[in-house]
Parts: sequence; C-alpha cells; structure tokens
Amino acid sequence: MAGFQYFPHTEEDIRAMLDRIGVSSLDDLYSDVPGSFIYDKEYDLPDAMSEQQIRDFFDRMASLTPRKTVFAGAGAYDHYTPSVIPYITSRSEFLTSYTPYQCEISQGTLRYIFEYQSLICSLTGMDVSNASMYDGPTAAAEAVRMCISATRGRNTVLVSQALLPNVREVIATYAKYSGTVIKLIACKDGRTDFADMRRLLEDGDVAGAIVPSVNRFGIIEDLDGFAAALHDAGALLTVYCDPSALAVLKTPGEWGADIAVGDCQSLGIPLCYGGPYAGFMACRNDYMRKLPGRIVGQTVDKDGRRAFVLTLQAREQHIRREKATSNICSNESLMALWVTVYMALMGPEGLKRVNELSCEGAHALYDGLLATGKFETAFKAPFLKEFVLRPLCDVKKLQQTLSDAGFFGALLTEEGYVSFCVTEKRTRAEIDALVETVRRAAL
Amino acid sequence: MKYYDKLIFELSKPGRTGYSLPEPASKDALSAIPAGLRRESDTCLPEVSEPDVVRHYTALSQMNFGVDTGFYPLGSCTMKYNPKINEEIAAMPAFSAVHPLQEDIPGINEIIDGLDHALCAITGMDHFTFLPCAGAHGELTGLMVMREYHLRRGDTGRTKVIVPDSAHGTNPASAAVCGLQVVEVKSGPDGLVDVESLRPLLGDDIAGIMMTNPNTLGLFERQIGEIAELVHGCGGLLYYDGANMNPLLGMVRPGDMGFDIMHLNLHKTFSTPHGGGGPGSGPVGVKAALADIATSLKVSGFHGNFGVMLRAYAYILSLGRQNIRLAGKLSVLGANYIKESLKDVYKLPIPSVCKHEFVFDGLVNDGAHDDVKGATTLDVAKRLLDYGYHAPTIYFPLLFHQAIMIEPTETESRETLDAFIDIMRKIAAEAAENPATLHDAPHTTPVSRPDETLAARHPVLKWQDSI
Repeated sequence: MAGFQYFPHTEEDIRAMLDRIGVSSLDDLYSDVPGSFIYDKEYDLPDAMSEQQIRDFFDRMASLTPRKTVFAGAGAYDHYTPSVIPYITSRSEFLTSYTPYQCEISQGTLRYIFEYQSLICSLTGMDVSNASMYDGPTAAAEAVRMCISATRGRNTVLVSQALLPNVREVIATYAKYSGTVIKLIACKDGRTDFADMRRLLEDGDVAGAIVPSVNRFGIIEDLDGFAAALHDAGALLTVYCDPSALAVLKTPGEWGADIAVGDCQSLGIPLCYGGPYAGFMACRNDYMRKLPGRIVGQTVDKDGRRAFVLTLQAREQHIRREKATSNICSNESLMALWVTVYMALMGPEGLKRVNELSCEGAHALYDGLLATGKFETAFKAPFLKEFVLRPLCDVKKLQQTLSDAGFFGALLTEEGYVSFCVTEKRTRAEIDALVETVRRAAL
Repeated sequence: MKYYDKLIFELSKPGRTGYSLPEPASKDALSAIPAGLRRESDTCLPEVSEPDVVRHYTALSQMNFGVDTGFYPLGSCTMKYNPKINEEIAAMPAFSAVHPLQEDIPGINEIIDGLDHALCAITGMDHFTFLPCAGAHGELTGLMVMREYHLRRGDTGRTKVIVPDSAHGTNPASAAVCGLQVVEVKSGPDGLVDVESLRPLLGDDIAGIMMTNPNTLGLFERQIGEIAELVHGCGGLLYYDGANMNPLLGMVRPGDMGFDIMHLNLHKTFSTPHGGGGPGSGPVGVKAALADIATSLKVSGFHGNFGVMLRAYAYILSLGRQNIRLAGKLSVLGANYIKESLKDVYKLPIPSVCKHEFVFDGLVNDGAHDDVKGATTLDVAKRLLDYGYHAPTIYFPLLFHQAIMIEPTETESRETLDAFIDIMRKIAAEAAENPATLHDAPHTTPVSRPDETLAARHPVLKWQDSI
C-alpha cells in the first residue's frame, strides 16, 4: 500500500486489527452490503495530488481570479480585517473542536459565544441573542417563523420591498414550503412605505413585519411609528440591520423592534465569495423562549466556579423534533468568534471611526460621480456608506469600464439605478481614480 | 487545561484602543446623518489593547478540546483530522477578497465545477447545489426539492414523509419546517428498518422517505434495494442523509442505491474543521431530473460557504482516485476494532459487523449493589474527560437508554485506538469497583458538572456590569 499522509495505518496494523475482529480482509467488513451496491469501477476523480501539486493547482486558479478594488455592497461589505483575528480563529483548540456538548472541555467556545451574545445585544439594543445563524438572509427567514410562532393562529408576514433582493428571496423560499403568506410592503421615495404597511395591516392575519434599518438603496430608514402600528395590530416588528452601522445608527431596540436580524459579515469578515459569514438574531425578553438556535448561559459548576453551558434547549430540534418550528442545529461558531475578536479590537471608538471614514468616503464618491454629469440624484435621503444614482449612461458599458480599470461597482438595481459602496478601506486616491475613470470614459 | 475566569468586558479600561485607523478628515464626519437617525445609547464594546485581546482569547482556547488536542470519538460527527494545507488554501487572498456578486471569475467557477463533478463521482448523483450551509440546512433544502418535484407535477396530496425511529433529530425537525407531516417507521430487532412495517405506510400521500445508511446504529440497511423499489413504486422519492457517508467513501454510492436526493456534510466526510459548531457546508446532490429544481432554490444569501468548499476540494484532490479507496474502509476497520475490543465490558445490543460507528448500551457491570447507585453513560463520558479524551456521543440514538455512540474515523492510528480501549476498560473496572469515582467525574477539567438547571431556570444570557 502506498503511503498517504492522513492515514496512519501500516500493513501490519491492518492485519492485526482484522485478526482481532476475526475477518480476513478489509472487504469482508462490507459483507453486509449487497454486492450490487459495491462500486468496483474506477472513480472519476483526478490522480491523488501531493501537497505541492495542490498548492500549484490553487495558485493557478487564483491567477484566473482577477483582483478588484471593491466599491460594491449589497449585503457584503469590504471592511478591514485586523491581522490578529485569523491568528486567534486558527488556533486548533477553537478551529478543530465540535459543538460544545461536553461543557467541561469547551469553556473556551462557550465563553466567546457568551461574549458574542452580549455584544450583539448591545449593538442591537435587544435583550437576548442566540449563538448565531447561517447568514443574514436565513436569519430573516427564521424571524418570519418566529413571528408566526409568537402570534398563534396568524399566518401572514409583511416584508419590505426595500430589503435586499437575496433577503426577500430566501424569506420567500422558506415561506413557500411552510405555508406562510408573504405580502410585500411597497417602496416610496426609496423608503419602506409606512402607509402601505398600515393598509396591509388592515387586512388582518399579520404576525409581523420585516423592514430594513439601512435599505438596499443605502438609505437610512426612519422607522418612527412602525413598532406602534404593528403592536397595535398585535404583530411584531423585525428590523434587518447592518451591525457595523449600528455603532452610530439608531438601534432596533430604540425603534421599538421585537426582533433584530442581519449579517455579521460587516464586522470584519472577508468577502470570500459570499461565505462563510454568520447571521445574527436577537429579541426582546418576551420572546426568549421562541428564539431558535443555540444559546449559551452563565451558571456555576459543582464547586461554585463561574461556568457556561448551552441552555434553554427545550426549544431545540433534539426535543421537539416533529413539532419543531426551526430545524437549525449548528451555528456559525467560528465566525461568531471572528466578529467577537473584531468588536473587542475595535471598541466603541474604533467601530464609530469605521463608520465615519466610510461615510466620508461614500459622500466624496457620491459628489464626485454626480459632478461627472453621467448620473443624477435618485433620492434625496440620508445615507451612510452605500448609495444609488440614476445613470444617464449605458450601465453595461459603465460596469465594463470600471472592471477594466480594476474596480468592482455600479451594481444594477431592480429599478435601473446603480449602487456603490465605500468602506474605510477605500483611500481618497482610489475614490478619485474611480471618479476620473468614469469622467474620462465615453459612456 | 487551566481555569481562566475573565470575560473580555472585565479587561476594559477607558482610553485603551485595539484598532489602528486613520483620522477622519472632518470633525463631524457623520454630519450628513440627521440626529433623529443616530444611535442614542452607548455600546458595551470593551476598550482593550491588542495584546490584551490576544492573551484573553489564547487563555480561552486553552480551556477547549479539539481534534488536534486528542482523540474525539464522537459518534455521527466524523471528527477526522483537518489537514493544514486546506486552511492555507481557504485563506488565499485571491479568493477571500472576491465580492460574491463579481462575475468575471473563471478560477472560482472552475473550482466549483470541479468540486461538483468530484462529489457526483463519489456519490453517484448528477448535480450538487452548494447553497446549504450545514447538514440540517441541506436536509431542509433536500426536502424542498422533494416537495417541489411533487408540486410541479400537480401531485399536491403528498404531505407526509417517512422517517425511521433511528433518524438524526434534525430529520423530523426539517420535515416539520418544510410543511411535511412525519410518519415514523420502526426498526426491527436487528436495528434495521423493518420492510413489513414500512409497506402499510406507503400510499399516494407519501412524498418520500428520509434514510441514513448506514443508520445511526452504524448498521448498513441491507434491504435498501427493496425499500427503494417500494417507495418509488408508490410515487415517492428517497432522501439520503449524508451525515453517515464516511464509511461509504470509496466503496458505495448513494446514487446507486436508489436515492434521488442527498446532502453531504463537507465538515464531516470531507475533513473541513467543525469550528466549535460551524461554519459547515451541506451541499445537496440530486439526480438529473431534479437538477433544475435544486438549482432554483434560494436557501442562503449568496453561493454557500465557499471557504468551506475550498477546503473540501483540497482534501478531495489529496485523496484522488487512489486514496479514496481506503478512506471508508479504514474508518470501518477502526470502529469494528474498538467494538470487538470492548464488547465484554460494555453492552453491545446488536452484535453484527458495523460500519464507521456503533452503539453500546451502557456498562455490563455498572457497580450497582444494595443502595449504591450504578455508573451511568454520563458518568463514563465525564470520566473519559479526566483521561484526556473527548467523550463519545451519549444518549443517542434514542433506541437505547444508555446509548454510547463511538466513531473513530480513518485518521486515528492503532496505537491511539489501543490506548482508548485500555482507558475504556479501566473505567469499566472503576465502575464495577466503586461507581462513586465516576459520579464525581471529571476531576481534572477547568470546571466540573455545571448546574444546567440553574442556567435554564434563571437565564443569564449576556454580560452585565452588576454580575
């Protein structure tokens, strides 16, 4: 047998182990599998590669992946990742552990999740957070379910059309198969239309509504009155938000929301072609026992030491099984650690500064692009780091010009606007270069 | 492991910083944002320096146990070695800096196509979608494929799904969330799905069946051929729960057994790290007729956990068509070796050859006598922690009261297994002699038997200054 670095067995080991079991060959261990199901053909896989060949292969794939300076957002933001984070998250004791079922040898994981929950509660202004979800859109889909389960007998959830398209799509997919009715709240002047929401509430059966804090046009929504209108109708308010921006923007808690969801990616998680990220989900105390996913709680051990455990598990699929309202089992634990370390490094001032720099850069780009004469204002409304413009040029050409110059931006929205995003990573020189590229191009 | 009691908030001191960012150009960089839209309250984010952060999380890590720390025989979780080269590949800036909506990326497309092709070759399916982020997410997606298949044919009455009593807990939960009613099929005394109990459940209200093969007892469902025929015969589809795919790696393909839909756990079968509970990846494979449906289901925000897919592909390339032949076999060898070496001191309810894992039903002699309470499975598990092992999965599957589910994987040496066997025998001897030693375990861990009742009754779920 040729050696393979991950399998420690020698020929002698295999022989001795087979002898103990009392069979004569490895194939005998499959005597319970009907012969017709044994795959005896050659697998259609490449020849085994050495470590160097693997490196070479991925280096070649990397060379076929052009690097762009990112001026796009739409749910994935190019914020700076401090050097410390991957060193911490790649520590074997974190990286190669399983879910913290054996709490005595998982206090590291349990403690950072407790810290994560505390930080998410603080950013969102909510009372309770779970240990994280797959991503923002799935967290939003779980919030729909939570609204239904918290308001027994109702089966409709209102979803703002100002939410990102992928959030709406994931909500719609989940809702379709669980039989939940989704009604869209229209946009007006680039914002969720409050009057339309009131109209939909009058139809009854509404368990809750999901609206963005910063919407897909980059506009900061004014959610004054939303919570009161929903609560008067016996329904819940869920706010979908960008956690990084919550360091400076009014929180779901301050808007009177019952549930806050969103994607942790903006807290220093690399873009990585869409994942892994982590969703977050937090709520008011009233709905603590409806919150899906894992939750870590503080307690004491048998000698009185502060200790942490997975708790409130009666809500989970282990116990409820066929009565479950969520099937989520794992979380995105390592990514929760990632953003916990990020928030610890940033602190209140650092996270505020991330927003200040992003906001300055975005407004500089906005003004610069308007000055080229190739765009006009789409909406007069406050924005933070992302905005849309109405293009007065050919959008395909614009995107190609930017791409040729090494930029990724000008994403097309459903209405034909183009969107841009600027984070603290974008230098003034990069912003000026993008504007200059647009100004010079014949579009 | 050393007990360390700080939370990051308790290291905070006003004026310390852990970041390095330039100054904004203007005094009020947020002037464009009206006061009414701004945050009013402070956050609890700590003010700590970079060395504080590094020491704190290093200290936390030292209270944790991973595959790199020691043997992790956790049944149904496939805790195999996580190769380091995979981490290096996943961290390459060329991939980690790509925005998910970027389209001019032939390198990434070639990786995803290559992984799709490889998984199809390994499983006998025709197409994979990578959007599901975990095993349970894959189950849910797979069931959506099943429902959509029936709905598109106008067959709206198929609202029930059959799930064996030995199934993973997420199976019935996924079904419920997907709007399907669960019908349980019993296992026979041999631990396998009883075909005679299955037959009367089949009808035109059945959307399909969810099966794990080998099942959670580690037993191969020998009658899968007949089961597939029966379920297909009534118009239903077969779903394969890939949590137990590891023993079939390089030997048996679910697609050949009649399964129409399946998920894989890249974080189990394909060596990507579990990360303390994620990120995983649960791609769903389907037969050609279902490919359009699988592709159309938007179940997560972008393209799934690409970073996890990179790791899995690096692993598959290292296996290649040569080494894959041994992967499943060696995992089965290890499991049977432990089973045969311990079955005289732990109760083995079903004595047949197992696949990658098997289940004991507690101790043969738990030390109970007169008014002395015997040692339980929980006691055995906690005692293992004292000896430097992670515990097996316990009290699952639910078929046995004292279940101990052991899965060694193919990356553990005979010496490691021998040492584990010795300790398991030692614990059995301790139980027979004085079960009290085990009731008090663990003795050497940073904390011991935290009060879970207190945690649930008086939930403290976030840090507060006052506590």
